[in-house]
Amino acid sequence: MLYINCPHCGMRSQNEFSYGGDASVKRPELNKEVSDQEWDNFVYNRKSLRGKHLELWQHISGCRQWIKVERDTATHEIFRTFKADEEVA
Amino acid sequence: MTQAFRIENSGLINRDKKLSFKFNGKTYFGYEGDTLASALLANGVHLVGRSFKYHRPRGFFGAGVDEPYAVVQLYRNGETEPNIKATEQELFEGLEAKSVNCWPSVNFDIGAINNFLKIFLPAGFYYKTFMWPKSFWYRIYEPFIRKAAGLGVASIKHDKERYEHKYEYCDLLIAGSGPSGLASAYAAAKNGAKVILAEDKPRFGGSLLTSDVNIGNQSGKDWAEGIIAELKTMPNVVVKNRSQIFGYYDHNMLVMSEKVSDHLPATKKYHPNKRLWYIRAKEVLISSGSIERPIVFGNNDTPGVILSSAAKEYLKVYGVLVGRKPLVFTNNDSGYETAIEFKKHGVDPVVLDSRKNPESEIIDEAKNLGINIKNSYVVVAAQGYKKVKSADIASISEDKKQLGKIENIQCDCICVSGFWTPTIHLTSQSGNKTKFKEEIDAFVPGQSKQNEITLGAANGVFTLEETLKTSFKAGSELSKKITENDNEIAIPNVVEKKSSQHDKFWCVPLPKGKNYKRFLDFQNDVAVSDIEIALREGYRSIEHVKRYTTLGMATDQGKTSNLNGLQLVSEIENKVVPAVGHTTFRPPYTPVSIGAIVGREVGKHSKPTRKSPMHSWHEKNNAVFVDAGVWLRPRYYKRGNENLFEGSKREAKNVRTNVGVCDVTTLGKIDIKGPDAAELLNRVYTNAWLKLPVGKARYGVMLREDGIVMDDGTTTRISENHYHMTTTTAQAANVLSHLEYYLQLVWPELNVNVVSTTEQWAGAAIAGPKSRDLLQKLFPNSDVSNEGLPFMGYIEGDLFGVKARIFRISFSGELAYEVNVESDYGNFMWEKIMEVGEEFKIQPYGTEALSTLRIEMGHVAGSELDGRTIPYDNALEGLVSKKKDFIGKRSLKRTAFTAEVRQRVVGVVPLDKQTSIPEGSHLVKDDKAPLPNPKLGHISASCWSVEYDNPFSLAILKDGKNMIGQKLFAMSPLKNKVIPVEIVSSHYVDPKGERVRS
Repeated sequence: MLYINCPHCGMRSQNEFSYGGDASVKRPELNKEVSDQEWDNFVYNRKSLRGKHLELWQHISGCRQWIKVERDTATHEIFRTFKADEEVA
Repeated sequence: MTQAFRIENSGLINRDKKLSFKFNGKTYFGYEGDTLASALLANGVHLVGRSFKYHRPRGFFGAGVDEPYAVVQLYRNGETEPNIKATEQELFEGLEAKSVNCWPSVNFDIGAINNFLKIFLPAGFYYKTFMWPKSFWYRIYEPFIRKAAGLGVASIKHDKERYEHKYEYCDLLIAGSGPSGLASAYAAAKNGAKVILAEDKPRFGGSLLTSDVNIGNQSGKDWAEGIIAELKTMPNVVVKNRSQIFGYYDHNMLVMSEKVSDHLPATKKYHPNKRLWYIRAKEVLISSGSIERPIVFGNNDTPGVILSSAAKEYLKVYGVLVGRKPLVFTNNDSGYETAIEFKKHGVDPVVLDSRKNPESEIIDEAKNLGINIKNSYVVVAAQGYKKVKSADIASISEDKKQLGKIENIQCDCICVSGFWTPTIHLTSQSGNKTKFKEEIDAFVPGQSKQNEITLGAANGVFTLEETLKTSFKAGSELSKKITENDNEIAIPNVVEKKSSQHDKFWCVPLPKGKNYKRFLDFQNDVAVSDIEIALREGYRSIEHVKRYTTLGMATDQGKTSNLNGLQLVSEIENKVVPAVGHTTFRPPYTPVSIGAIVGREVGKHSKPTRKSPMHSWHEKNNAVFVDAGVWLRPRYYKRGNENLFEGSKREAKNVRTNVGVCDVTTLGKIDIKGPDAAELLNRVYTNAWLKLPVGKARYGVMLREDGIVMDDGTTTRISENHYHMTTTTAQAANVLSHLEYYLQLVWPELNVNVVSTTEQWAGAAIAGPKSRDLLQKLFPNSDVSNEGLPFMGYIEGDLFGVKARIFRISFSGELAYEVNVESDYGNFMWEKIMEVGEEFKIQPYGTEALSTLRIEMGHVAGSELDGRTIPYDNALEGLVSKKKDFIGKRSLKRTAFTAEVRQRVVGVVPLDKQTSIPEGSHLVKDDKAPLPNPKLGHISASCWSVEYDNPFSLAILKDGKNMIGQKLFAMSPLKNKVIPVEIVSSHYVDPKGERVRS
């Protein structure tokens, strides 16, 4: 079970969180013309990365905040975690 | 019955407490502190089972977790449990156990015929034989194999025992209480670190209980006892025996199974049977020790052939002789230690050492005691069927290829030592890549992967002095990192005898003209010849060889067999062992009860039940409940001998003619506050929300980004910046997460807060033509007229002193209201409604009537909003704004979603107006068409229309828009029904929606 550092609450076990997918996906702006391809990329197309991956988790049984987690998908190593509004450098 | 093999002046058992037990129906006696194995051996019982494949007699091979043979069926307190190792099961008064894998008895086992057919049962036999003819598999082969296989019988009764889970955090978790575990725990504890020390056996001390060493001028055993006693007094230390750490998972999470009650005749009241610990440790110290490995020789599975360390343990811990004429067969000094113990207790052993001329302090001691030692000698084969009677022995050449003349010597047990294998399972599970250490012919931990360190014998260190030195240091340094304390600990002086180099020899060659079975894996009956076949047939990867031959795949997971198997493969393949590699170590290290893994999450605990505040009223009024997600809801309120159909019809009819009340507390409720709340709703729902006035409710549909309907419900504007959203019962949690996702990540600029208030409000839906009259009586001070409280209106009212929210919304299609009060007043509200409603002939109605009412009105719900439909499919396209953007809107332009013949909700009526259509039935054009009959749609919900008194269903039908009036067939192969039907409008009752506005 992963041990995730919630930026709001501290180290918590994985069973308090729910997974939310790729954090690098940006939703197209509202009321903006979007091509089929762009929309498909937003809704469906994801890379199945091996290695470092920035992903979303929600601390669902804790502070209910969505957070960003930089995790290695092969080794499960967690490098850094970020608040939802934090820029990832 | 005498314990003929029990000796005086030895052992840690409590001789003052005699215990009786039964094995295979016969009564024996042992002592408190015995295991089932030691007690049986004390009584001279060596035959405990039959082997898995050939049904050969099986005895005891080890004295603990490594035991491959002595797996029994245990009977305790009216229950039975299979797969119990007799070497681990502690004796208690009245214990009963039976042999497994034999019929009719362990002494006369019909399956043993396999032993004579063994030439027909080589590796891969099952794969090759049971492939044809195909039809034989189910009828003949599988039942036969199932009957022949297995190591015991699982109980089919409900398990009365209680199992607990516990979460724990510590600085240092130490696996194993041998010398390295004790030393590191002590050093860390002295530095103030939070320490958990786990030992799988009942007694702490590991090898110190049996080895002849001195630490700080005490015996090893006394030193261990002193350390444990001190650790137990320290508040920062948890010391656990009977606790097996069996799994090492990510981020230093380890799982431990504590046997709380297995050593007792019955579990104490309020105690669990087992407790599963999930432990998150900052540092893990693995001091799991090592397991002696056997030397392979002919008939080496005969009862009486036993690991030399096990023989020593039975003698020193339990005061039991495994034989009175022991033969010790060794390739290292450990065998001598066992021989010395025998000699000290008046038994004369013979030692066969494969080495030519070994010299060490231990060997000198053995010689001084006058023990008969034969160098360059090996056991060629054990003789005897159900018990060792003698051994064929021979001298062996230096290259270990040639045997000398075979001699037979009398013996009643063969204690075998092929040196030691570090127990690296936990280390390896952590992700540590192991490396092969030539000096000890075994794998040891490599680079640490997580915060873990392996100490002592588990790390291939076999001298006590070195073990203590490194372990004190590790415990001290790791704890210092955490607590910043640095208490000096003097390392005690150690007296131990030095060992000489072991012999790199593990398998005795077959003598000419003999074809003895030489077993590698004792539990799965894998012999040297099986590995040879696998390699001859082209299997190369050790993982494939394992699966083809089942080497190491039994419940002991090859603890005594894996390395010898690797040696054999490497020898045949002419490779070095590390090039062959080992198979993956996976948790659990040793079998764990399913009950312990499941814990308390059984029965109703597997999902907590939620009840509304009015639940007790429903119970008192004969409600028949139904699971709605995690909620229990009344399905109908039974009157007399009514069944579901009759009861729900009565309730629904009463709503249509008088007034009914339904508990709608379970609906999800979300409180939304903030200046941008309207903007959020406008983006989340498909329809427009910016102009909703205060005091008004609106129905809304929300989509996922892929255009599929996610949920629907009404949201009410309570005040300027305050909204009350309702969701379906099932989607409540998802909708909240969905809103939080957009507010926190996508549109953080929106100034809105959302919070679940599902549990804060109790809800009652009052529906029916007389509902306004009832409402007026409930709220005499409020104007609830059609003008004062119009359809989709909202007011606050005073319900006999309790503040209430009144919404004029309808799910049933009738004139209807929903009243909410704070949960604590839920029951009060309900009772008042029933009391005041009496004159209007009010009846409570359950979910079945609720469904009936919504279905015949054509209101879509969960069975239509099933995660596969878009607004158009549900005839909700009128609610999709063309002007504004919202979540999922772009997806609605997808080609498939705009197709001419797009599916759509329709009503379905059977032509005979009699036959109810099973939900899930397929709609087809031609009931006689060849299979697969093209499916046009499916029945999503069915009811008995109380308005028209005939069956009515909703369906999602291809090109539903243009199908009204068509005649189709509803086919349900599950119910074996074909029903001719007509397609009608989904709005079966009151299509213009006049009643809700009346």
